[in-house]
Amino acid sequence: MEIAKLVRMANQIGRFFAAQRGRDPAAAIADHLNKFWEPRMRAEIATHLAGGGAGLDGPVRDAVGRLREAQLLSVRV
Amino acid sequence: MPLVPELDYGTPASPSAEAVGLTVDGNRVTVPAGSSIMRAAMTAGIQVPKLCATDSLAAFGSCRLCLVEIAGRPGTPASCTTPVAEGMVVSTQTERLKRLRRGVMELYISDHPLDCLTCAANGDCELQDMAGAVGLREVRYGYKGENHLDAAKDESNPYFTFDPSKCIVCSRCVRACEEVQGTFALTIQGRGFDSAVSAGMAEKFIDSECVSCGACVQACPTATLMEKTVIETGVPEHSVVTTCAYCGVGCNFKAEMRGDELVRMVPSKEGKANHGHSCVKGRFAWGYANHRERILKPLVRERIDQPWREVSWDEAIGRVASEFKRLQEKHGRRSIGGITSSRCTNEETYLVQKLVRAGFGNNNIDTCARVCHSPTGYGLKSTFGASAGTQDFDSVEHADVVIVIGANPTDAHPVFASRLKKRLRQGAKLIVIDPRRIDLVRTPHVEAAFHLALRPGTNAAILNALAHTIVTEGLVNQAFVRERCDLQAFEYWAAFVSESQNSPETVGPLAGVPPEAIRGAARLFATGGNGAIYYGLGVTEHSQGSTAVMAIANLAMATGNIGRPGVGVNPLRGQNNVQGSCDMGSFPHEFSGYRHVSDDGVRSTFEASWGRPLDAEPGLRIGNMFDAALDGSFKGLYVQGEDILQSDPNTHHVAAALAAMECVVVQDLFLNETSTYAHVFLPGSTFLEKDGTFTNAERRINRVRRVMAPRNGMADWEITLAIAHAMGFDMSYGHPSEVMDEIARLTPTFAGVSYELLDRVGSVQWPCNAQAPVGTPVMHADAFLRGKGNFIITEYVPTDEKVGPRFPLLLTTGRILSQYNVGAQTRRTANVIWHDADVLEIHPHDAEQRGVRDGDWIRLDSRTGATTLRARVTERVAPGVVYTTFHHPETQANVVTSDYSDWATNCPEYKVTAVQATPSNGPSDWQRDYGEHARASRRIEKTAAE
Repeated sequence: MEIAKLVRMANQIGRFFAAQRGRDPAAAIADHLNKFWEPRMRAEIATHLAGGGAGLDGPVRDAVGRLREAQLLSVRV
Repeated sequence: MPLVPELDYGTPASPSAEAVGLTVDGNRVTVPAGSSIMRAAMTAGIQVPKLCATDSLAAFGSCRLCLVEIAGRPGTPASCTTPVAEGMVVSTQTERLKRLRRGVMELYISDHPLDCLTCAANGDCELQDMAGAVGLREVRYGYKGENHLDAAKDESNPYFTFDPSKCIVCSRCVRACEEVQGTFALTIQGRGFDSAVSAGMAEKFIDSECVSCGACVQACPTATLMEKTVIETGVPEHSVVTTCAYCGVGCNFKAEMRGDELVRMVPSKEGKANHGHSCVKGRFAWGYANHRERILKPLVRERIDQPWREVSWDEAIGRVASEFKRLQEKHGRRSIGGITSSRCTNEETYLVQKLVRAGFGNNNIDTCARVCHSPTGYGLKSTFGASAGTQDFDSVEHADVVIVIGANPTDAHPVFASRLKKRLRQGAKLIVIDPRRIDLVRTPHVEAAFHLALRPGTNAAILNALAHTIVTEGLVNQAFVRERCDLQAFEYWAAFVSESQNSPETVGPLAGVPPEAIRGAARLFATGGNGAIYYGLGVTEHSQGSTAVMAIANLAMATGNIGRPGVGVNPLRGQNNVQGSCDMGSFPHEFSGYRHVSDDGVRSTFEASWGRPLDAEPGLRIGNMFDAALDGSFKGLYVQGEDILQSDPNTHHVAAALAAMECVVVQDLFLNETSTYAHVFLPGSTFLEKDGTFTNAERRINRVRRVMAPRNGMADWEITLAIAHAMGFDMSYGHPSEVMDEIARLTPTFAGVSYELLDRVGSVQWPCNAQAPVGTPVMHADAFLRGKGNFIITEYVPTDEKVGPRFPLLLTTGRILSQYNVGAQTRRTANVIWHDADVLEIHPHDAEQRGVRDGDWIRLDSRTGATTLRARVTERVAPGVVYTTFHHPETQANVVTSDYSDWATNCPEYKVTAVQATPSNGPSDWQRDYGEHARASRRIEKTAAE
């Protein structure tokens, strides 16, 4: 899937949760991605992060790093 | 099976709780204070003769037929305009009354054509009935005096005729247009003997302001206003109550039949959403069911550049199953999916999602609600705990201040708009928040107190500015917030909206709205009594659609406008079953009743019932399916009842995705635009041909009843069962009622729903269960479904879709009264007389800059594509904003809309596209190419037998 689109969508989600108060934005973003993104989308953005994660905003990088797909990648590496 | 009877009490019910006892013709009867004598008599089973009275209209007292005598009172007052009084003794039938009534009838009949036997209303005419009721035996005045018998008939409206020679000038049509519809298109012109019903300024109906809702036709007691189908076919002999398949109001209609031929659709007085009213679509635009372009046999082809080949149902279903199985074997379990439609029934959508989850073994199921109200589900669940509106439509009768934001009810939800306008005429205040000057801003006897004509894309900013005013000016309903809401969340939110970037003075300039108007609107909403918010796709179809829904919920909670009649958050759903398709588990991440697929307990319940292991991961949304198709990981799609090529954004992208798939299966009435990229076409059935339920915008579950056999030979639910069976997953039901029984077993909010209940009580609003056995008109009455109301911070984030030198205008899209979404149904009716092509509304300043005149061809370019259409120069849009509809495939407005979408739900940002508009000579290259593709793709090979 087009990685630029996934990055844009992830950053949109990140922007929303970064504005919330009293909760960890990265955890909220990761929770949203787990609940609403199909596994191949999560896998692709996790792979993108593993490759440097160009374009991903700060809290989103943290969130993607917490995804199960990212953990699996780190195990493989 | 007879016609469904409806009693006419003559005058409306009185809302009074006080009871009054009286005697009518010796019968003791008790009725609410304020009732008319006529209504009291009818309550006692006594029908007082009448012509100008009907219980959908206020008493008028003009026909002088309903006279009665009252003991102790002089004269013979009209029973329709005389209220009951305690102890009153009424006589409806005396020699004096008989004589008077006959005299009145003689006058009417002396100026009426005596053509009863050849009249279209023969057997269905109140004048004829009353002549019989009063015992008319002669007309002493003769028929040769001055009369109106030569008055010319007006046949300009495609659906009904106006024959003034048969008019008795009872004013029922005029009053229906005013009181019920609120259009004020009709009047009585002239005085005395010259009095005549007139449309507009003595115009033909088609040229007047008439919106063809049919209220006048329904009110007419003679054949003066008559459906053309009745004139052509004859009066119906039986009827079946069913539910309209157009917008989310969910009007009940009596389908009036002669044999298996539909003669007319008459709005049902018992309909709890419409109370006997209708619009031009539901009332008249049903002829598509028999349109010559309807496909009645299954079609297949190997490649989309080949002509279709008619095949048997067995062959078509076999092809679907073998292809889907082949694709899953080759590309994996998650390489195929399905899309349900909000045009289909709850039972049909439930079965499609069940087929995908249990038969396909994945959660790649989505619904067209994705592209309209998915942000409503996310936003209201996050704040209130329920993915649905909070009220019933009756609630508007108790509203004091109404915000309409991003919705155009007079066009898209006309029957609700009529009820809203009635309340506004009674004095409720209106705030319109919309880039366009929609009709509600100023319409007869209605004028918005505020019209915040914001720039497209700034909803969240404006809603935050309203909240800023309410919080910083001390207008919060503190008691409600303390008792009902999460206080910590409120404190975070109040601090956020109080920040200066949310003030009207900061937001106003960026949104193009005067700050004082924002403050005025906020004060009115917070202090004006019961405040209700109604919204539509102008809220949801943005990159911040979910944010704006939450901002609306925040406003309602902050002002205490939740949990009672007259208030609430009311999403106006675009299609008939948007609410239902979402309720039924059509979204890829949740089962019916909005429960996430990752919830082990919920999933195991479904696994036990369906006998298959189910995927715990969310599936692809519609847009994700297209992206996955283009990267080669998504290969097969079953689309029931939706035209994704015409309705989804960025047509080039959708077309490329469909072309990349190996098996696209379309189930629909017509070879729609999506079918031009399909490999299998399964002919569907219309709402007239099926049993099931629709759930409207107020969570009301309404029965859809079959009035004729499916012309395609199979009901839609049976087609889905056949696919499941062919794929090795047996779903077994004998009737859609059994599907609903399963839904009720597996869905707590539907636990009490059954066809037996619906047939008994008419309809119910979910939650319908042990706690609410006949449903829930108003939600969150004592507590929010989630417990405490959750304020959520709604930071304004400008869209990525930017205007600039190349694309300086903002395009927003919508729909109009006479057409419906992609137009598959309404384009195949006489409604095209009002709208036969999409046009581009453009402000005179923008038009002049470009040298464009009204009616000129104009080319619309965006970053994604180009199309051409005619210009309509109008101040209805602001400078810098253009608007069009998406009803016609020749235009395909979505060829210019973008891929941008709501952050939470991927609902497309239809409402904001940066465009340029320039004069043009004709169709764009894309229109020419697509037209050629569509023509070639719709070829059907003749079979040998033909």
